[in-house]
Amino acid sequence: MPDGAMPVLDVRGLKTVFRTRGGEIHAVNSVSFSLRAGELLGVVGESGSGKSVTMMSLIGLLPSPPAEVRAGQVMLGGRDLLHIPPHELQDVRGAKVGFVFQDPMTSLNPVFTVGSQIMEPLMRHMGLTRAQAADRAAELLALVGIPDAKKRLKSYPHQFSGGMRQRVMIAIALACDPDVLIADEPTTALDVTIQAQIIELVKDLRQKLGMAIIWITHDLGVIAGIADRVMVMYGGQVVEQAPVAELFANPRHPYTRALLKTIPSLTGERGARLQTIEGQPPIMMGEPVACPFRARCAHRFDRCDAENPARRPVDGAPVGQGHDVACHWNPEGA
Amino acid sequence: MFAYTLRRLLTAIPTLLMISLVIFLLVDLAPGSPMSEIPLTVPPEVRQKMIAAMGADQPVFVRYFLWLKQFFWVEPMYLLDHVFGTDFAHGAQRIISWQSKVPVFTLIGERLPQTLTVVGSAYLVGVLIALPIGIYSAYRQYSWFDQAGTFFAMVGFSVPTFFTGNVLILIFAVKLGWFPTIYDTNLTVEDWPSFYKMLMQMALPVTVLALFNAAEISRYTRSSVLENLGQDYVRTARAKGVREAPVLLRHVLRNSLIPVVTVIALGLPTVFGGAIVTEQIFKINGIGAALIGAINVSDLPTVQTITFIFAVLIVAFNLIADILYGILDPRIRYD
Ligand SMILES: Nc1ncnc2c1ncn2[C@@H]1O[C@H](COP(=O)(O)OP(=O)(O)OP(=O)(O)O)[C@@H](O)[C@H]1O
Ligand code: SF4
Ligand SMILES: [Mg+2]
Repeated sequence: MPDGAMPVLDVRGLKTVFRTRGGEIHAVNSVSFSLRAGELLGVVGESGSGKSVTMMSLIGLLPSPPAEVRAGQVMLGGRDLLHIPPHELQDVRGAKVGFVFQDPMTSLNPVFTVGSQIMEPLMRHMGLTRAQAADRAAELLALVGIPDAKKRLKSYPHQFSGGMRQRVMIAIALACDPDVLIADEPTTALDVTIQAQIIELVKDLRQKLGMAIIWITHDLGVIAGIADRVMVMYGGQVVEQAPVAELFANPRHPYTRALLKTIPSLTGERGARLQTIEGQPPIMMGEPVACPFRARCAHRFDRCDAENPARRPVDGAPVGQGHDVACHWNPEGA
Repeated sequence: MFAYTLRRLLTAIPTLLMISLVIFLLVDLAPGSPMSEIPLTVPPEVRQKMIAAMGADQPVFVRYFLWLKQFFWVEPMYLLDHVFGTDFAHGAQRIISWQSKVPVFTLIGERLPQTLTVVGSAYLVGVLIALPIGIYSAYRQYSWFDQAGTFFAMVGFSVPTFFTGNVLILIFAVKLGWFPTIYDTNLTVEDWPSFYKMLMQMALPVTVLALFNAAEISRYTRSSVLENLGQDYVRTARAKGVREAPVLLRHVLRNSLIPVVTVIALGLPTVFGGAIVTEQIFKINGIGAALIGAINVSDLPTVQTITFIFAVLIVAFNLIADILYGILDPRIRYD
């Protein structure tokens, strides 16, 4: 993918907290990243590391209360999505940014036909008539590989299998030809074979349509196959970020290194919910004042307890552009 | 959908037969006898003739089958004759009230409209206020509106209608004199003044019943909407950029109404039961009052018939609820 091109999406210093009875949970802490046109950014990190909350914060999808996006800037098409009125944000959602969620079984409305659910954003954002939207919806269904598309528009979600429903979700997300597609663990809930089919489908659609993609997953094996760049998250922070080959060849963060060791095999077997690293992920009560990974880190030293490491460049390129890491430790004195 | 409906219809038949037998026997075995109404001065042989004339001397199962035939066969014939001016019934024996010696269904035909006007409008008003309250309470959970709604629903639900009824009569009819204390059954609406009078006399009983219904239905609506608001498909709708109003009123409401519509349909016949009490308080000469009157004088055919009609209504509305469920929920429609 072209390097140095203008980013379609640029996120700076995003902070999201949940106000709960037991206090504030700092789920996202100063997350910054950018996404270039046509790029596929893989986001990895174990359960609770803040991947979903980060992405939902971008387009205001978190329920508030309890969620509160406290700081940051999300630039898309020259506007800061965190500081535009709600109705303008609604115009962006589904039009400029498409979202595919983890569980296709519950993500579609059970009482409406598949067709009407694909047509909804088309009529809402593109001003199509019902008939035009129906034609376009049939095209979209065919595009995501559902045979006999025109007839299937009248089906209800429960008449579709999980894999087909996820295809429908992808059709909905792509309906208005968005600049950015965010796929939040789109294959986790599916069988291995279906999982592979969906990944192939997205690869294929990316070739055809050229949108930028954020792909959240637990599966580093999948990332290796499709991503241009990888962002590793831990405790609501970005701990390492690099082009995919560089990350696999030269991981710097102790957490990334541990993750790479948990990749099951080259065939990408399922079941690797990265739980194989000793210890529990932290629950981020309050502002982080030390490295969030320190309780599980083999390289921890006194500075780790006193100071939350900032992201620093590894390969000389500015943070966010090349390879960067948030860790005080310096392997091989590099 | 058709097979589904047919199946539900067929299973209703044995249910109804079973209920009819139980009702008939229970009422028949209950203490109190129509004979007690006949003065003691009447000589025994005349008394015997009177009992025979009512058919009360027959064994209970003979009377049951006769009644069953009359209810399901003879009376519908009379209804057809009445509507189309035909003569299917050939003067067959109808179900006769032991007390007034007129056909029970004639009695019901006179009393039912009073009940339907009050119960029907009360239910409609109740549903119409309950739905918006329930929806908004859920959408703004824990807001002052929701808290107030919760409080009134609790009051409306836990305070019996005979209490609210009497309190309202005391305040608005007796003390303030805004509404009449007595319901004039003979009032017919033919012009604006009589329509106004009708409205005034309906106001209190309808309010009492409507509040009671609204309390329950608004709670159901609230919890159903709340449950659906947290579902993944709502997040999908928002992710598509759908505006908040259609998210709530199209996506969420359509799903939330599935159980609510069922509750509304199931609740309708039980309102007739509640109306019995309300009719007593407001002196409405409706079907509930007819039932109470018949019980007091052991008019068995009237009691059996009206009670069974209530049972039929309950079964019928169960059926309607099931069918509505199928219509609203495609997962059931296409089983
Ligand atoms: N509704 C909520 N209320 C309170 N805290 C929440 C809520 N949702 C998320 N969190 C917090 O945010 C943290 C990050 O959650 P998030 O869903 O982003 O994790 P994730 O990286 O997407 O994990 P997974 O891989 O399981 O999807 C969680 O650990 C949790 O503490
Ligand atoms: S900062 Fe310290 S504790 Fe944190 S990952 Fe690096 S070495 Fe380990
Ligand atoms: Mg997640």
